[in-house]
Amino acid sequence: MMQKRTMEIGVGVFVAAGIAALVMLAMKVSNLAAFTNQQGYEITARFENIGGLKERSAVTVAGVRIGRVKSIVFDDKDYEAVVTMNIESQHDRLPADTSASILTAGLLGEQYVALEPGGDEAFLKPGGDIKLTQSAIILEKMVGQFLFDKAAGGGGKKEEGAAP
Amino acid sequence: MQAVRQGALPVSNNNDELIVKIRGLRFAHGARVIFDGVDIDIPRGKITSIMGPSGTGKTTLLKLIGGQLQPNAGSVVVDGEDVNKISRDALFRLRKRMSLLFQTGALFTDLTVFENVAFPLREHTRLPESILRDLVLMKLEAVGLRGARDLLPAELSGGMARRVALARAIALDPMMIMYDEPFTGQDPITVGVIMQLIRMLNDTLGLTSIIVSHDVHELTMICDHMYMISGGKVVGHGTPGDMAHSESGWVRQFMAGLPDGPVPFHYPAPDYADDLLAGA
Amino acid sequence: MMDWLQRLGSTSLSVFERLGRGNLFLLRVLAALPSLVPRPGLVIAQLYSVGVLSMMLIVISGLNVGMVLGLQGYNTLVDFGSEESLGQLVALSLVRELGPVVAALLFAGRAGSALTAEIGLMKATEQLSGMEMMAVDPLKRVVAPRFIAGIISMPLLAAMFSAVGVLGGFFVGVGLLGVDSGAFWSQMQSKVDLYDDILNGVIKSVVFGFVAAWIAVFEGYDAVPNTEGVSRATTRTVVHTAFAVLGLDFILTALMFGNE
Repeated sequence: MMQKRTMEIGVGVFVAAGIAALVMLAMKVSNLAAFTNQQGYEITARFENIGGLKERSAVTVAGVRIGRVKSIVFDDKDYEAVVTMNIESQHDRLPADTSASILTAGLLGEQYVALEPGGDEAFLKPGGDIKLTQSAIILEKMVGQFLFDKAAGGGGKKEEGAAP
Repeated sequence: MQAVRQGALPVSNNNDELIVKIRGLRFAHGARVIFDGVDIDIPRGKITSIMGPSGTGKTTLLKLIGGQLQPNAGSVVVDGEDVNKISRDALFRLRKRMSLLFQTGALFTDLTVFENVAFPLREHTRLPESILRDLVLMKLEAVGLRGARDLLPAELSGGMARRVALARAIALDPMMIMYDEPFTGQDPITVGVIMQLIRMLNDTLGLTSIIVSHDVHELTMICDHMYMISGGKVVGHGTPGDMAHSESGWVRQFMAGLPDGPVPFHYPAPDYADDLLAGA
Repeated sequence: MMDWLQRLGSTSLSVFERLGRGNLFLLRVLAALPSLVPRPGLVIAQLYSVGVLSMMLIVISGLNVGMVLGLQGYNTLVDFGSEESLGQLVALSLVRELGPVVAALLFAGRAGSALTAEIGLMKATEQLSGMEMMAVDPLKRVVAPRFIAGIISMPLLAAMFSAVGVLGGFFVGVGLLGVDSGAFWSQMQSKVDLYDDILNGVIKSVVFGFVAAWIAVFEGYDAVPNTEGVSRATTRTVVHTAFAVLGLDFILTALMFGNE
């Protein structure tokens, strides 16, 4: 009988340890904590280009995350991306003229939505729309632009140098 | 006799004189024909032995009776039911009424002696622990191993293991026990003990016993009926007295233990001289 | 040439025959599972020998793998100045791949081989046959509890492996190499997704547990009932489980993470 007890305790420890490990993976390792508090309100913004923005990317104000991207859909009337963001309910005092831009964390990092509060007295309501948006900066375009400018500018300098 | 049985446990279906009827049994293992038209009758309440030289498929016969193997032709009727025609459930119900004592004992090595004997009771009944304990101790007492209840099979001698297996075989009070080579490899004392147990259990519990063996001497002492199988056929049957005076060359060779006779000393081979010259 | 073709043919036939037998066996085992419902004690006893006795091996291996990942990952990441991503690297490697796969391989070696040997020896010593003659179905009494215990144990063991591994990576990365503790956890949490990573990892380990337990009990039940047969079956369990787990891992990974 004692043996049976030892065995059952062993199995109890085993199952408890296994579940504890699963809970630890869920709570401590993954982003479960980040989207359990889904209560909040939604606002939308339209971008010409969202770059590498994904669902569940961060939405920040002054660098602090206040919400996450809930969905991204393509509007084939205006050829724009409509980004719906879920903002935590305690941050309900965003001015109506808040602007949104898609930025990159570091040079090669994740892309996120940065909100810049404006000066309006009225606040964005749930379901509200952000009018001022700035699309993602596409690195390839920038590099291309830079090279183009450089080539054009460099050519000018050469001409200048050749003139006298 | 009947009083020993528990009311709830399975008892025999009918009171046919014959508990096992085998007719025209044919069984082949691959290309090797083991039984070729065997008829055997096992009378109820008696000890019947099935003898034969090694390799005649005596163990196979027990498995055929237990429904573990399917014959190629013929029928095996146990207690009025054809073991190959009934459903799996019915076969399992039938098996609760018969036991097979394996040559090795086939005890569960991870269970103690007590738990081994308790196993069929735990599987097939919902008895309270105290009654179960009494029953198990009764069965162990019958084989004289009540004191060994806490040992593991690994701690038992071969003879003790067989007695524990016997206690387990009678746990459900079957109507029939089949013994597979019960005397093989045992010392004379153990052989005596097992013989006595077989006879005693058969008579006190009102069992039918089938013993498969080639130990002629022991069998003639305890059997009521004997069958002799050789070359896939029954070559003789009768009481031990009949068999001792049989005219059949097969039976005489076997009963007297002659090295050569109908069962040849030599395995079939090409001519000896030719064979030796072939290598040169 | 003809000999070679004949050998190929007979090998293929026997492989298909085994596969067929294995599948039929699986169906019979699945059909036997409901009989366990009134008898949880049988499963608990097997959880002990399959799960509890494998736990120490899994925990120690997980800790070691996590520590090595921490060390190697740090050495690579520090060249790019992104050693803060160490937590992410350790956690993703463990949760997505190493946890389920290595735990399944260890499981095959520790528990699978023991299951095969046990069932094979029970067959060789006629215990299974004896059970049948006692009107007890060995599939219900012996095979099914071991099979289900394998399936239950595997995800728990894989989770332990991953969790302990993350702690091992934390210990080396933060404790010894000086990665910032906050960055370690926050980078990990921001990149490890509950559904995409953790849940997929758990699904993998359930699938691996199913396959490992299936192979182990089948090899045992199908073993040639003698010493050599059982030893061959035990070897086959480990080898076949390893191949099956690695092959399935590729397929599952492609299905789960392929379209990112």
